Amino acid sequence: MSDNVLIKVSGLKKHYAKAKVKALDGIDCEIRKGEVVVVIGPSGSGKSTFLRSLNLLEIPTEGKIVFDGVDITSSKANINKHRQKMGMVFQHFNLFPHMTILGNLTIAPIKLLGKSKQEAEKKARELLERVGLGDRADAYPGQLSGGQKQRVAIVRALCMEPEVMLFDEPTSALDPEMVGEVLDVMKQLASEGMTMVVVTHEMGFAKEVGTRIVFMDGGVFVEENTPEEFFANPKNPRAVDFLSKVL
Amino acid sequence: MIKQFIGWIAGLWAEFVHEFTFVFIEGDRYQHILKGFGNTLKITAGALVFGVVIGIVVAAIRSSYDKNKEAMSMHKGVGYYVLMLLNAFCKFYLTIFRGTPVVVQLLICYFIVFANAKDGVPVAIFAFGINSGAYVAEIFRGGIMSIDAGQFEAGRSLGFNYLQTMRHIIIPQMFKAVLPTLCNEFIALLKETSVAGYVAVVDLTKAGNIIAGRTFSYYMPLLSVALIYLVMVVILTSLVGKLERRLRKSER
Repeated sequence: MSDNVLIKVSGLKKHYAKAKVKALDGIDCEIRKGEVVVVIGPSGSGKSTFLRSLNLLEIPTEGKIVFDGVDITSSKANINKHRQKMGMVFQHFNLFPHMTILGNLTIAPIKLLGKSKQEAEKKARELLERVGLGDRADAYPGQLSGGQKQRVAIVRALCMEPEVMLFDEPTSALDPEMVGEVLDVMKQLASEGMTMVVVTHEMGFAKEVGTRIVFMDGGVFVEENTPEEFFANPKNPRAVDFLSKVL
Repeated sequence: MIKQFIGWIAGLWAEFVHEFTFVFIEGDRYQHILKGFGNTLKITAGALVFGVVIGIVVAAIRSSYDKNKEAMSMHKGVGYYVLMLLNAFCKFYLTIFRGTPVVVQLLICYFIVFANAKDGVPVAIFAFGINSGAYVAEIFRGGIMSIDAGQFEAGRSLGFNYLQTMRHIIIPQMFKAVLPTLCNEFIALLKETSVAGYVAVVDLTKAGNIIAGRTFSYYMPLLSVALIYLVMVVILTSLVGKLERRLRKSER
């Protein structure tokens, strides 16, 4: 069991000394290959901070993160190398506005993986085709809708052939009618066996696609369970309260 | 009435031609203007390149310190202290060169730092370049800070290191954002070089002055010099405008 643990987090803390805020207050967890871990919780509970700590976009105050058997929080680790294997999708897409879609998708594989331009473009076009955007390769991000941008952002991360995908509220900045198209891509990804950690407010997605639900509050994991158990029978009072408000 | 008017114009024209011939053609005095124009161009172009190079380096150090100090202070390696020192040095440089007049800096360079220099042009390039670099650095830093933090995060999350993120993602966007301000700085630089005459450089302004001194005629040489500056600035502005439009097209 433990040999297919992809990410092991122990004693993770993030304190903001000046504001006296404990965004993360001691988190231990294991994320195994092929799991879809959905992190939910009220705003300010530390969901995004937790997710962003996994690839060290947020520097933890304390604790250890072991990814693929390597302690990436150690000063000896080359975090840039490890980040290549951890795809990230942001709430606000963060596509590069000065490049075409194809440019967005191929810059990292070309510069970091040493792929040739043709090779990188072939792969990018294939993936674009699969998310239904095969005809937009030469457009600029400014010409796309929000849902299209987010699908491109997912493809951008996939082009690096990551071992895990981190989603930071990927549908929160979208118009309601565009949420579905992005969730569909994520569902497809999950069904192909991609390991995913998803921070979201989409309870339907959590129920349907998640293999494990993590409920956070006050910077800690308050409850962890399978989606069936969690939604049918939440045990923690804060989780009960939260679910009563969102469902 | 019309005849009178034409006669008046013809008289003015004849006077202009006479004055022009006297001031510029006789004694080949236009040579001063040519030489001065050449020197002004040389100093401006040299200082511009020098200033942009300094500006990029200083802006990169300053913003990389601001962006990375949290991450680096975690391990407090040698790099952290080196960057802290470099940042302090850059701040000192900015204070000195933005805090004193460029003429004074030019004089100090020519009479103290490079006291043995025979030719003032390289000294002027150095002095104006290092001065302009201070302003360009802050323009670039402002540009870097104006780019959404999400762009940095997206770059870093793909596995680019800090410098690669800067080079491939931030700087191209920054350049577009600061182009109008940068153009402003270049115009200011071009006109600032008119004080190069202080260090025995015959620049455009000095050339006009020399001719005026020799001929005791002022309006022709000085107005000509003013006109030449104006034309240079207009050309520069329109070139930058073209570049701006071309860069912007890529986004729509």
